[in-house]
Amino acid sequence: MSAPVYNFAYLDEQTKRMIRRAILKAIAVPGYQVPFASREMPMPYGWGTGGVQVTAAILGPDDVLKVIDQGSDDTTNAVSIRKFFAKTAGVRTTTRTAEATVIQTRHRIPEMPLAEGQVLVYQVPIPEPLRFLEPRETETRVMHALADYGVMHVKLYEDIARHGHIATTYAYPVKVDGRYVMDPSPTPKFDNPKMNKCAALQLFGAGREKRIYAIPPHTEVVSLDFEDHPFERYRHDGSCALCGCNDSFLDEVVVDDRGRRMLVCSDTDYCESRRGAPAHPHNGGAPERRPAEP
Amino acid sequence: MYVAVKGGERAIDNAHALLADARRGERSVAEISLDQISQQLALAVDRVMSEGSLYDRELAALAVKQARGDLIEAIFLVRAFRTTCPRFGAAAPFATADMNIRRRISAIFKDLPGGQVLGPTFDYTHRLLDQGLAAASDVPEPPTAAHDDAPLRPVTDLLIDDDLIERSPDREGRGEVGDLTREPLSFPAGRDLRLQNLARADEGFLLALGYSTQRGYGRTHPFAGEIRFGEVEVEFFAEEIGLAVPLGRIAVTECQMVNQFKGSAGAPPRFTRGYGLAFGQSERKAMSMALVDRALRARELGEELKAPAQDEEFVLSHSDNVQATGFVEHLKLPHYVDFQAELGLVRRLREAFAAACRASGDLERDAAE
Repeated sequence: MSAPVYNFAYLDEQTKRMIRRAILKAIAVPGYQVPFASREMPMPYGWGTGGVQVTAAILGPDDVLKVIDQGSDDTTNAVSIRKFFAKTAGVRTTTRTAEATVIQTRHRIPEMPLAEGQVLVYQVPIPEPLRFLEPRETETRVMHALADYGVMHVKLYEDIARHGHIATTYAYPVKVDGRYVMDPSPTPKFDNPKMNKCAALQLFGAGREKRIYAIPPHTEVVSLDFEDHPFERYRHDGSCALCGCNDSFLDEVVVDDRGRRMLVCSDTDYCESRRGAPAHPHNGGAPERRPAEP
Repeated sequence: MYVAVKGGERAIDNAHALLADARRGERSVAEISLDQISQQLALAVDRVMSEGSLYDRELAALAVKQARGDLIEAIFLVRAFRTTCPRFGAAAPFATADMNIRRRISAIFKDLPGGQVLGPTFDYTHRLLDQGLAAASDVPEPPTAAHDDAPLRPVTDLLIDDDLIERSPDREGRGEVGDLTREPLSFPAGRDLRLQNLARADEGFLLALGYSTQRGYGRTHPFAGEIRFGEVEVEFFAEEIGLAVPLGRIAVTECQMVNQFKGSAGAPPRFTRGYGLAFGQSERKAMSMALVDRALRARELGEELKAPAQDEEFVLSHSDNVQATGFVEHLKLPHYVDFQAELGLVRRLREAFAAACRASGDLERDAAE
């Protein structure tokens, strides 16, 4: 029995190079799903293995990592992934959006606009926006190659015919750089406009489905819609019970057995910074270091 | 007031401590050793090696122990280790014809050169719970007899002599064998990649698919041509020294399924093959694999495609239990952000529905008046 020895950020350098090549290709062809030889990771498929591989491939010793799930740094899987990189790469971790150089996320885009030099890594369960309209990969790849997106418009149109509006609330399809229709991962459609002309690099990793795709900084990202039924954001009507914010995405929380509810910001770092609360130190055992001056 | 969002880190640590405690169980009960698992739960270890696609009994036994006997979890542990191992290259194809046989049976001939070798099998046991095993059992040495080490010729070779069965695909000049753990699978996949996928596939999934072909969903008229289990030698061709060096011996189960084929315009009628191979003694897996392999050859053999087991993209995309369990179980992760968005939508739809009901109620009342 050979005792396992693991490399910086877990993956071996050969694998990282393979993933970086896929990332470069993805950046060169915005919105195109690049197949890559996804590895088995020490966390289950569906739990962020794609995002973790992308993060592992781009992470350097000087990076500062933030991990969120549902907008929060404290959800179980975010904690687990943050600890994974603190342990295998020893990088500094943070909960502050502004401090992070790499942000791995599941289901949300931070409220605070991202800056140049930051990388947002999305965990993607089903990268194929056409999957539920056409289950076969062999078919959907041809549809993308021909930019044959009629079925998607028909689907959105049928929503309107049935409900009077587009009844897609998350994983709302977008068109990237006027070419590829892309699944933004299951973020609520509230977050879609943040992808457009974003200053940060956005990388998407789907481990089980073995696909990587990207939106380079300052790229046009348009949510699909119709002239007479333009794209609409959606958020709960109300303001955060903790910070009073009235334009952030809100979570509805049940507070007692009688079903009383309260609304709070889904982005916990954003909410805390508005309240002036100190961010929680999440150092994961890494040596304490002063953040680089901006 | 609102505390649920904090404390994830400590909760996880505590959950893991509880898991370690539950794994160990009552401390007064002796702890199970890897040797015990490897020997007395040998078939569990075989399955973990097969579907974990790593031949290492000790690591597989460790995984079974760490996973508390959950074999898919154990397979996952082995896979996550295997993926970090460097690749030196591909072993030379081993000759199962030269296998050191422990068991070899054929269902298509009453007797054949070398005979039917039953080996260690459940097949003819009565499935009656044996209370004698509840306590420590004293098992006598099994009877033995002299045997010669001459390899047993594969049954399918006997059919080849009369051209009654297709030949094994010729390995000469076919280039390197694919590896779906290094290159993402794309469709249509070559048979090498299909077989690799099936060898790693969940036994239960293949069993159900193979069973479905027997019940008419893509019927292949199979006969168990031969099932053999035993040890084979693995060799690696080392470029540096220019010769094949032995790496060791591994136990494998091989199944050659013999299937009817009526022939086509260009091919005479003859039997075709489905192939199954698994580490250790894994007969159910090898047989199921052979049935599904044959079903997946439907297009190549010009058969009508109409059953799930013949659908390459369906079978290969859903066969891996590590992928499947991860994605099914990821539903346990928080999804409240998307749920909130859906909640808002359902409320809007309900409002529209209620308004429509009110409007139609008004209409009915107007009509009645």
